[in-house]
Amino acid sequence: MLDKTGIAKRIAKEVKNGYYVNLGIGIPTLVANYIPQGMDVVLQSENGLLGMGPFPFDGEEDADLINAGKQTITTLPGSAFFDSAMSFGMIRSCKVDLTILGAMEVSDNGDIANWKIPGKMVKGMGGAMDLVASAKNIIVAMQHVNKAGESKLLPKCSLPLTGVGCVKKIVTELAVLDVTPQGFKLLERAPGISVEQIKNATLGRLIIEGDIPEMQLD
Amino acid sequence: MNKVVANAAEAIKDIQDNATLMLGGFGLCGIPENCIAALVKKGVKGLTCISNNAGVDDFGIGLMLQTRQVKKMISSYVGENAEFERQLLSGELEVELIPQGTLATRCMASGYGMPAIYTPAGVGTEVAIGKEVRNFDGKDYLMEYAFDADFAIVKAWKGDPYGNLIYRETARNFNPLMAMAGKITIAEVEELVPAGTLDPDQIHTPGIYVHRIFKGVNYEKRIEQRTVRKS
Repeated sequence: MLDKTGIAKRIAKEVKNGYYVNLGIGIPTLVANYIPQGMDVVLQSENGLLGMGPFPFDGEEDADLINAGKQTITTLPGSAFFDSAMSFGMIRSCKVDLTILGAMEVSDNGDIANWKIPGKMVKGMGGAMDLVASAKNIIVAMQHVNKAGESKLLPKCSLPLTGVGCVKKIVTELAVLDVTPQGFKLLERAPGISVEQIKNATLGRLIIEGDIPEMQLD
Repeated sequence: MNKVVANAAEAIKDIQDNATLMLGGFGLCGIPENCIAALVKKGVKGLTCISNNAGVDDFGIGLMLQTRQVKKMISSYVGENAEFERQLLSGELEVELIPQGTLATRCMASGYGMPAIYTPAGVGTEVAIGKEVRNFDGKDYLMEYAFDADFAIVKAWKGDPYGNLIYRETARNFNPLMAMAGKITIAEVEELVPAGTLDPDQIHTPGIYVHRIFKGVNYEKRIEQRTVRKS
């Protein structure tokens, strides 16, 4: 079973040279740490920055320079600032190659829910609805099951939706899956996890064809 | 052309109860601290606030929530504010949550003189309820109206008496969009410089959009999530 770092490491392998990438809050943020050195990748932060750099050194924090998670960050050579309309302009017009975000639930037709639990949590969608409505390639980083052991990969989402039929790939602590018209297609198992365990943890339609290889993380 | 006023109190003096305000900023970054403090002091009530976030409990728009001055918030993300969540769940506060890009573009449309925009954000979700859906080239879009705000209150880094504004780093965010969208736009700046000092090639908001400008004081510029790396 993978921890959060493992999920981030596996997703980092989906990032290609020359990509512009938007990373959501949580596990997706960690992906930046595992993009191979020398690969030319530009991170977009939807509050208005292309070329997001690492956290600043202690004492060099700048209140005017934050990411979409409101964390202090730095720029890199080649960075650019812009306003929020332009930021979502580049997202809507598909200039961003890859979007990685978290989810509470995903359905086997690619619907995603990640912004609201009625009566319990009302934080808002932030930029997630804009991102999932337009991004050409969306990878979800999430836990396969919730704390009660219930599957979060469902035939149909029970929570209010963020977007419809948009998720392309899911990486969880147990598996890598593609979302296809026929349902979740199992691509890889996490180290030490059996196909049977993944079956038991998946409520949505699951396609298993041939031998399922174990993930290669390094 | 001289749009300079003395301070925040003078800039906001005609904001009345039940006004609709746009407030720039993302999180606590690039928020009009001086005007928020002046609004709290003035005590205007029943406000509708259009702002990406609602501040934190003791800073930003959170200060106006504590004093119950806000009737309705229109935002994209409000997760950092416990008092906000309490007022929302108890029904004291009306809230409209909308996608961040939709929020930005509805401001932009207003400033560009366009009544509405079409966006794919929210299609098939509860955000789409009651909205016109139109299909272009096989994809569905929601029609969203331009905002109609009485006042836009923005924060810039530098400005001049003509109202020309330059923002700094990610403190730009919603500020230039909202600056274009207010019937009356109020800008507070860290540095107010004489006309001719700012390079015309570097202006983000041309002064035509700005009605009042003043030099803010005592900026706290609070950091919401201080994250650092080991040296």
